[in-house]
Amino acid sequence: MYTETVMDHFRNPRNVGSIENADGVGQVGNPKCGDIMKIYLKINDDEIIEDVKFETFGCGSAIASSSMATELIKGKSIQDAVELTNKAVIEALGGLPPVKVHCSVLAEQAVKSALYDYSQKTHKAIKGLENYKPEEDEIHCH
Amino acid sequence: MSKKLYLDNAATTRVKKEVLDEMLKYFDELYGNPSSQLYELGRRSKEAIEKSRKTVADFLNAEEKEIYFTAGGTESDNWALKGVAFANFNKGKNHIITTKIEHHAIIHTCEYLAKFGIETTYLDVDRYGLIDLEQLKESIRPETMLISVMFANNEIGTIQPIEEIGKIAKEHGILFHVDAVQALGSVKIDVQKQHIDLLSMSAHKIGGPKGIGGIYIRKGTRIDNFIHGGGQERGRRAGTEGVQNIVGFGKAVEIAKRDFDHHIERLTVLRNRLIEGIKNNIPDVVLNGHPYTRLPNNVNFSYKFVEGESILLLLDMEGISASSGSACTSGSLDPSHVLLATGLDHGTAHGSIRFTISEEITEEDIDFTVETMKKIIAKLRAMSPIKNDEDLKKN
Repeated sequence: MYTETVMDHFRNPRNVGSIENADGVGQVGNPKCGDIMKIYLKINDDEIIEDVKFETFGCGSAIASSSMATELIKGKSIQDAVELTNKAVIEALGGLPPVKVHCSVLAEQAVKSALYDYSQKTHKAIKGLENYKPEEDEIHCH
Repeated sequence: MSKKLYLDNAATTRVKKEVLDEMLKYFDELYGNPSSQLYELGRRSKEAIEKSRKTVADFLNAEEKEIYFTAGGTESDNWALKGVAFANFNKGKNHIITTKIEHHAIIHTCEYLAKFGIETTYLDVDRYGLIDLEQLKESIRPETMLISVMFANNEIGTIQPIEEIGKIAKEHGILFHVDAVQALGSVKIDVQKQHIDLLSMSAHKIGGPKGIGGIYIRKGTRIDNFIHGGGQERGRRAGTEGVQNIVGFGKAVEIAKRDFDHHIERLTVLRNRLIEGIKNNIPDVVLNGHPYTRLPNNVNFSYKFVEGESILLLLDMEGISASSGSACTSGSLDPSHVLLATGLDHGTAHGSIRFTISEEITEEDIDFTVETMKKIIAKLRAMSPIKNDEDLKKN
């Protein structure tokens, strides 16, 4: 059902954990739908993502998507990170079953949410996040 | 990990060696059509079917002519509900009572019957999965034609007070159907004592082959035939009989009857060892189902702050097969309707795992399972952003 890469990232997830005094923290999803992703960013003065950690409650593909998303943005500029799409996550994972595509969407959203938190804290506008809205209260499971 | 531990016996079971041995000659040696009564090959097939029918009837305290073979539990459930509905709804009867925790074979059939103006009341269950007999009595209307309650639940193993429900149905002159797919062989079934009018069974849950089951229909019950065609099964369920499967079903029931006491005794000990092992070794777990009025093979816990599919994948890597009530494994957006009916919140329901054991399991297997679960839950909790009950209840 899952590709080798998905299983590898599920079995040995990269960047698990949290960052104390993170420069940006984003959490998306909710327990009702069965998946939550939380991403912590450490961003340096050159606006490079020096470190990234994640915590995820969810199925195998949710954990693998979080792991892959953190790998894809680690060491990148915040501008590169904001351009991360769920498609890129899926491609890097070698594909996801159609019913699990929402896991990659959640990963993209979690990264954006953490970057949004950073821009709020630092009052720095990030190009591409102008229209970003943090999750609304209403729940829609995907 | 070399050893494989199959702990999903409520999904299906391995066909027992004795069953397979009995079946084999009906493929290539005794292959006659049971309807071909003018030569021996046909008669031998017919005899084999009738022998199985007697075995099944005896096991339920029923008469042979009250047992019909079907393609399995789902067909039997469909026949019971649609057959009774179509035979009675022109006579002013348009109401069925069932429960919120039935198998989809019942719930989806009731939803279909709504198209014909048949209404269904779904009884609530308490946190252990038991229905309330008072609510049952209050739900009865003059138009009620059928009460359908599963003997034991497939997910949480809770056993309903079938005899009491049967009495209530009988007092009100309402037909009583029991889905006994999970209960067969694990619970004492007596259709007379328990006032059961219709009862669904499946072979593959008790070491028989897949694709075969049966239904008990009390003689005189007003019910339509289901599969129309030739004269098989007294003209009520047409189609050339799957003789080898019926033979396998009969043999599986014969073994279930022979080993009944031992089976329950042994499995109950192992089940309790697994329940205690998990409770005592893993924090923040919730036992789903009744603590003791439950099937001897069923252990179902919710592990808070983690999700079921992840647990199943990690279990599989350790060679253990189990199942989950998580939405991720059901293909739908919601976790199991059974767990939600018992009052679990969605977050906790997503973290449920069902182990269903068999005679092949040893005490060492149970202890290995507990140890493995302990490691898996710790690993997943370490990476979960949900750390406590408040997080879990958010949203």
